[in-house]
Amino acid sequence: MTAPALVIGIGNADRGDDAVGLHVARRVAALGLPAVAVEEAGGDVLGLMDRWAGVPRVVLVDAAAPLAAPGRIHRLDAARGPLPREIALGSTHAFGLADTVELARRLGRLPAQLVLYAIEAADFAPGAPLSPAVAAAVASAAVQVAAEFGSDGRTSDA
Amino acid sequence: MPSRTIRVDYLTRVEGEGALELDIRDGAVDGVRLSIFEPPRFFEALLRGRDATEAPDITARICGICPVAYQMSSVHAVENALGLAVPPPIRALRRLLYCGEWIESHALHIVLLHAPDFLGFPDAISMASAHGEMVTRGLALKKTGNALLRLLGGREIHPVNVRVGGFYRAPTADELAALVPDLQAAREQAVALARWVAGFRFPDFERDYEFVALRHPDEYPLNEGRLVSNRGLDIPVSDYDATFEERHVAHSTALQSVLRARGSYQVGPLARFNLNHDRLGPSVQALAAELGLAPGCRNPFRSIIVRAIEVVYACEEALRLIAAYAPPEAPFVAAPPQAGIGVACTEAPRGILYHHYRLNADGSILSARIVPPTSQNQGTIEEDLRIVATRDLDLPEDELRDHCEQAIRNYDPCISCSTHFLRLEVRRR
Repeated sequence: MTAPALVIGIGNADRGDDAVGLHVARRVAALGLPAVAVEEAGGDVLGLMDRWAGVPRVVLVDAAAPLAAPGRIHRLDAARGPLPREIALGSTHAFGLADTVELARRLGRLPAQLVLYAIEAADFAPGAPLSPAVAAAVASAAVQVAAEFGSDGRTSDA
Repeated sequence: MPSRTIRVDYLTRVEGEGALELDIRDGAVDGVRLSIFEPPRFFEALLRGRDATEAPDITARICGICPVAYQMSSVHAVENALGLAVPPPIRALRRLLYCGEWIESHALHIVLLHAPDFLGFPDAISMASAHGEMVTRGLALKKTGNALLRLLGGREIHPVNVRVGGFYRAPTADELAALVPDLQAAREQAVALARWVAGFRFPDFERDYEFVALRHPDEYPLNEGRLVSNRGLDIPVSDYDATFEERHVAHSTALQSVLRARGSYQVGPLARFNLNHDRLGPSVQALAAELGLAPGCRNPFRSIIVRAIEVVYACEEALRLIAAYAPPEAPFVAAPPQAGIGVACTEAPRGILYHHYRLNADGSILSARIVPPTSQNQGTIEEDLRIVATRDLDLPEDELRDHCEQAIRNYDPCISCSTHFLRLEVRRR
């Protein structure tokens, strides 16, 4: 059965701060939020449309291009309107996340609620760990994602 | 005539980074340069000293859209150097994996990258409101192609299951059978897609190309065959270097390939179709005839129909291979190291992809050379653009730009591969 809510961390585990979405997703998964499925995605973002099919509430977590402050967390309501291009949610291929969200909107395949947490990155070096400022944002981002589902972000004892 | 400059800083809906520059002098096209500025990636150099068994995983990283092509050309070339032959079930699995890549790569290009040009939309997102059903079909096809890659390759982008001598793990017959319903549906979706694109308006444009493709005695070419052309070329792949030459041009970080004897040539779907129409099988041939497509087609804009027909073929071929599948006794054959030289060409979605390796006795790579399809089509793209730009010189600049970009996309150029995006600049003097 499809969970009513889904968190998808997006990134490449081997490209420095690009992995931040995966780290946040793992932290959210560890909270064991009831009725919230947590997945990780990399590579083909067009496939996200299939992953969220039939799920009314979806939260995406992805690394964003460095702007001013590495580790800064942006909350973007993708259901309300197009994602801002200055966040530059680019892809090395022809279709990135912002394009995928817009295509889904035109096709009527957008979840009723779609929130994107975009975390400003600093470094995408191959094989590198998260940079300190971005690593420091993981816990806070996970708490904010959990709060989307009414959780205080603490692991339940149940 | 007053001088003016038209400029497109970034060609979108192609893979990679590049630009187009048109020089116009006294009302005539004086120079056309497909300029690729994506930095060189030095894959051939970084292969040197690595073990030959690493070639499929390293070269797969050249492209996220056609990694299977790199894996296939590299394993065949290394096996050629080692004097290794793989048993029929492994050969069949490789062909099946390649079908998956053709389906996902062609579906992406047809619907998301090229169709908007023919229907007057700036991109697939704008097109989706009016043609949502077709975009959905394209996405479903891509998903089916990706499912084949995931099962046979371990994952859908940069597969990890291919090795010299075969696969790390062969799928079970049940795992393959589970894909059959989706492939059957995909075949029907591909037929609908082919009928849709065949109804587009095509520019009245023909050129007398030399088409080059692989040709196999029995099959529509994917993994092997002789190199043939419509002008009498018929050589084993081992004669590639004697027949073709890569040239450096100052305006591009990608080398351009030419036939030593005759210059530019065209590779890719249109070349394959024209040279191998008799290998498509009756149902696909009947579809081509229904859509008004016959061998000898010289209009590159109609390559979008050929791509759709090749998706139908790939679905049918995948179903045939799955029906005939008998798991191999072992997923791979051993590949003991030995000194040697090996070459191979396979048919990437965009055309022939040539690999050449020289191996040391310890199995390490002494030298590697990779000639991707986009390098081979570059000269032809420039010649097409000269004609399109000359014909459309008096059109408003945005229309001229659109027509040039559409002509480039006929070749689905993968600029990341060939250097390893595109800016259009028109200088009028």
